[in-house]
Amino acid sequence: MQDLSKQSTTYSDGVIRQFSIMAVVWGVVGMLVGVIVASQLVWPELNLGLPWTSFGRLRPLHTNAVIFAFGGCTLFATSYYVVQRTCQTSLFMPKLASFTFWGWQLVILAAAVSLPLGFTQGKEYAELEWPIDLLIAVVWVSYAVVFFGTIAKRRVKHIYVANWFFGAFIITVALLHIVNSAAIPAGFMKSYSAYAGVQDAMVQWWYGHNAVGFFLTAGFLGIMYYFVPKQAERPVYSYSLSIVHFWALIFTYMWAGPHHLHYTALPDWTQSLGMVFSLVLLAPSWGGMINGMMTLSGAWHKLRTDPILRFMIVSLSFYGMSTFEGPMMAIKTVNSLSHYTDWTVGHVHSGALGWVGLVSMGAIYYMIPRLFGQKQMHSIKAIELHFWLATIGIVLYISSLWISGVMEGLMWRAINTDGTLTYTFVESVKAKHPYYIIRTLGGLLYLSGMIIMLWNVLKTATSGKAAVVTIPAVTAHA
Amino acid sequence: MDILFLLIPLSVILVLVILGGLWWAIYSGQFEDVEAEGERILHED
Repeated sequence: MQDLSKQSTTYSDGVIRQFSIMAVVWGVVGMLVGVIVASQLVWPELNLGLPWTSFGRLRPLHTNAVIFAFGGCTLFATSYYVVQRTCQTSLFMPKLASFTFWGWQLVILAAAVSLPLGFTQGKEYAELEWPIDLLIAVVWVSYAVVFFGTIAKRRVKHIYVANWFFGAFIITVALLHIVNSAAIPAGFMKSYSAYAGVQDAMVQWWYGHNAVGFFLTAGFLGIMYYFVPKQAERPVYSYSLSIVHFWALIFTYMWAGPHHLHYTALPDWTQSLGMVFSLVLLAPSWGGMINGMMTLSGAWHKLRTDPILRFMIVSLSFYGMSTFEGPMMAIKTVNSLSHYTDWTVGHVHSGALGWVGLVSMGAIYYMIPRLFGQKQMHSIKAIELHFWLATIGIVLYISSLWISGVMEGLMWRAINTDGTLTYTFVESVKAKHPYYIIRTLGGLLYLSGMIIMLWNVLKTATSGKAAVVTIPAVTAHA
Repeated sequence: MDILFLLIPLSVILVLVILGGLWWAIYSGQFEDVEAEGERILHED
């Protein structure tokens, strides 16, 4: 709420264009690596007998690429887009925003080089070594300055709910990253964690689950609360519910992490605490899911003709599904069957491919034509095709891993009448082979949809040109 | 479980920060006429 004369009269959209295009590019790269590692599980020869191309090194490359490169670029792009439009002002410190783009790309390149070379801290989703961790911290603090600076100079009094989700995501990820990555360097690209043993496990999963909760949930809920109403051309079903959703989610998320450590050296009461908090999370998650879905009430017919809206609504149904499945799997008795099996991998992908992936694609399809001065995407038919490839891919992926996960869990616990194990471990591995083929096929479909999206986005971008959008005059103050 | 001496105070501080945010939001009028705010984003560009 500043003097208008000192301000830029147009939105800072250059950095959003950069992040949006790179989100799609990294999406293709990360999903391609995903298909490669899935194929390695079916045909181990594809490890090529080389250390740099082995499953153990490529798998973290896949997770980092899809979460932090594809997901990260999407979050930067959408949050910069939403915060400017809802605050009706340009970005605070646009040069710093530009630094977040180049800094983030440098982090991604450093990850793409260092992970195959074998440099790792060995912490899931926090593998990158300390020099890269420092760069991440610098970029992230700059991101916070740009985002909250923009909020501070907003020209409308009310801060739209999507910005609350983005803001919570930025602050929490900074905290999680700094605490979990604390390490003692032992030379360039080598360090030891500041914590040891079960302490390290606890802090790792405090980080790990909250990374899911804040990076892959709160941030993407911010996307949902802006882009679903915009694409449906209807206000969010209940704005009051969205406020309750936000506060309930951030008050309860922090302590779900111990469910990753059921039946380990972690004290029993900590495990039970994690389980209870995980169950509590069902309520705010479903509140948000229903709120998003019901935004379409009275406009359901739009799903028939609008594939972008379909991306968003199917994404919400996967959000509902995986936030039901997650708390169930956090129950200790269920976890004793599901833990360490493919069921977990399937669950993660129903959230990642279904919720995070589809809502990101929907939001990018919404933004791209507007950022490049076009009326709509180059090909609506291609969006339609992408939607079906992605949806069928997800269904194949998660249903095959449900079967193989429950199957191997049952095989591991099967006991003969004389007390010996019915199956050897390798028998359970062999039994999973057909399901791994189906999973790879599902991944391949999902990847081909993403390649079509890249073509469609590049076509739209090259046939248009960078749009300069004037900030509208402030509409009536509430 | 010495790690709890770090994680629990951190969570408590975070909850206090969140409470501060909620307090500010309530008393600075963020929650007045909220449904109109939901409508507003549809008309601004």
